[in-house]
Parts: sequence; structure tokens; C-alpha cells
Amino acid sequence: MQQDEVTLMQAPRTEGDDSCLPELVSHLRDNRTGLREEWAQRITDAQLLSAMSEEEIFSEVTSVFDKYVDTLETGSVESLQEYAEDLSERIIPRGVETHEVLGIVLLLRDVLARSLFQKYQEDFELLNRVLDAYEPAANRIAVIVGVSFVQERERVIGQQQATIRELSTPVLQVRERLLALPIIGELDSQRAAQLTDQLLNAVRSNRARVVVIDITGVPSIDKNVANHLVQTVRACRLMGAAVLVTGLSSDIARTLVTLGVDLSMMDTVGDLQGGIEEAEHLLGYEVRKAQAASPEDKR
Amino acid sequence: MPVPILKQGHYLVASIQDALSDGEVLELQENLLKQIGDFRARGIIVDVTAMDVIDSFASRSLRTVALTTRLRGAEMVIVGIQPDVASAMVQFGLLMDDINTALNLEEGLEFLDRWTAERTDADGG
Repeated sequence: MQQDEVTLMQAPRTEGDDSCLPELVSHLRDNRTGLREEWAQRITDAQLLSAMSEEEIFSEVTSVFDKYVDTLETGSVESLQEYAEDLSERIIPRGVETHEVLGIVLLLRDVLARSLFQKYQEDFELLNRVLDAYEPAANRIAVIVGVSFVQERERVIGQQQATIRELSTPVLQVRERLLALPIIGELDSQRAAQLTDQLLNAVRSNRARVVVIDITGVPSIDKNVANHLVQTVRACRLMGAAVLVTGLSSDIARTLVTLGVDLSMMDTVGDLQGGIEEAEHLLGYEVRKAQAASPEDKR
Repeated sequence: MPVPILKQGHYLVASIQDALSDGEVLELQENLLKQIGDFRARGIIVDVTAMDVIDSFASRSLRTVALTTRLRGAEMVIVGIQPDVASAMVQFGLLMDDINTALNLEEGLEFLDRWTAERTDADGG
């Protein structure tokens, strides 16, 4: 007994462990229906997967259970990993969270462990050996499922970021030789560099002489971003285009002053409308109301 | 080959066609400053459209020409800085805040016309 304990502590997986696996697997297979139902019940009780209907949960539970047992039997994680990735791809758009996925896998581990306790409660030594075989495999499965889910999530997030980056920096021509660049969302160094690039190319192709950069949609700004903005302005200047920056919120203005960013060469106007008007003035446009717009004006 | 300097009305136009060595930059600088006096030019346009790189030496030399030109009562404008070149110059901190720049030759000429007109107005008034 004592020797057993030592072995258990030093090396949880001993030679004899594998021999327990077939027995373990066949036990799980025999009790498939009962265990599966108990698992599904516990998922519902814990209010996990609230985004899915009960039938959906049950059908996923069935496939996961079978894959789980297969993996325990063969020790090969590939099919489970594939299934986990596929599952993640299906459930992520429906708003399933990481904690739910991990919770479910851990629930299954617990349900199966309980059933093993029940079966082998008479023979403590055998139970130990069975658990030695079961626990590492079960933990590995939990890790694989969790990691696949997180990886899939990261992939989706990366994809969305790329989309946002591409969509969010339109350079608009407002008038002949006047460009507007509304910036929406957080600016980071990468985006700022890309934005400068796009803007400079637009300056060349539209032969712009004035550019209005509107940052109303930028929630916050830090020193790096402010410097990027200054660089953008300078680069535009080098290409012969004047730059007006509009839409600095009072928060951003205060931040810039506090950070001590040198903005002496940046022309700013309160809002986009003011910026466009100022730009029109610079370009020599004169905007006038059409005569006799309404009868009252005539009087 | 030295950079050709063309006389166009009251202005001088230097169109740089290739990457310049430091020696060529100095030669251009000297020729421009000399010809302002010879032709009594009112303005200089330096066209850098064909330059892929403007390094610190070139930008400093151009800046020197611009400031010297100003002292001699004329004005200089650099035209045709490419987007990549502009980005690179700003990133390397090659500042030209006090130097006139324009998109292309046409814009540069227009700028000098405006500058000259304002000056004559000021002198007349």
C-alpha cells in the first residue's frame, strides 16, 4: 500500500495504467446514454450554453461524448482537435464564451469521474489505477478543447481587425483639391502609418492642396498617436498640401497639452464644418446661399 | 552630369533627374545661388519628382539654398516630393517646416506667381 502511494506520487502513469484503459472505455460506452443525459442535464442546470437550444446541446453533447471516449481509447487527439475547431467555428458567432466551453468540458470530466468512483468504490486500489489512467488523458482533452476554442477565437478576432483596418480609413474628396479624412476608432501606430500612406497617395492622385483630418471619432489619444498625427501633417506639407485638423474633443485637447506634444505646426479648427469652411476659404471658394431661397428672404 | 538649371521667365527651374551624390548636391547649391544673382531671378523651383530618396545631407543642402535665396530677396519652392519620400523624411526627422513645398511643377509656378504678386502689391502700397 505504502509502495503504491509512492509510485502514485512520483509517476502518476505507471506501466499498469494502460491496462485499465480498455475496461474504462467499455464502462463508459456501456453507460453512454445515462452519462450523456446526466452531462446534458448538468450543462442546463449550470446555465451554460444559454445561446443554444436544448436539442442542439444534446446533439453536440452526443458527438463530444463519443469523440471524448474515442480519444481516451486511442490516445490520438487529432480527431477531437479537428472536431473542437469545427465546433468552435460554429458556436463562436453565436456568442458562446470561453468560460462556457471550459466549464462544459470540465463538467464532462467530473461526470465521468463520478461514475468511475461509483463503479470502483469497493476496490480502492483499482480505483486509483483507473484514475491514474483517466486523469491525465481527461486533462489533456480539456486543454486541447480549451486551446482550440481560444485559437479559433483569436483567428476570428484577427480577421475582424483586418476588416476594420481596411474599412475605416476612407479618404474623401470633398471639392476639387480638397480632401477629407474622417478617422473613426482607436488609432494605433500601425493604423496611423497605414493612414498616412493612404493619405499621401490620395494627395498625389487627387492633386489636393488642402486636407481636413477629422478626429471626432477618435475616443482617446496618447503621445505616440499624437506624434504620428504630427508626422502625417508634416508629410502632407512636404507634398505641398496644407492640413487642418478638426474635431479635437476637450479631453483630447487637454491630453495633448498635458503631454507636451508640439502642435505649433498643426492648424486646428473646432469641428468638421468649420474645417471645410476654412479649407474652402484657403482654396478661394466662396459659398453663398442661392438667391431668393424662400419668399420670406425676399422681403 | 550636373543638374540642368533652366531659366523660365523670372524663375529658375532645377529638375533633378537622378539620385545625387553629395558632390553633385553641393554643385547644384553653388550653381543655384550664383544664378540667382546672374539672372536676378525672383524664384527657384527645385523639382525632386525623380528622387527616390532624400537623405539628410540633401535635405539640409536644399534647406540652405532656400534660406539663402530668401536672404537675397527671392523665394524657393521644392516640388514633387513623393509620398514614400515624404513619409521617410518625416520619420527621420528631416524637418522642412519653414520651406515651401508644392505638389508638382505647375503648383510650384502658381505658388511663386502668387508670392511675387503679393510682394509687388506690398511694395506698391
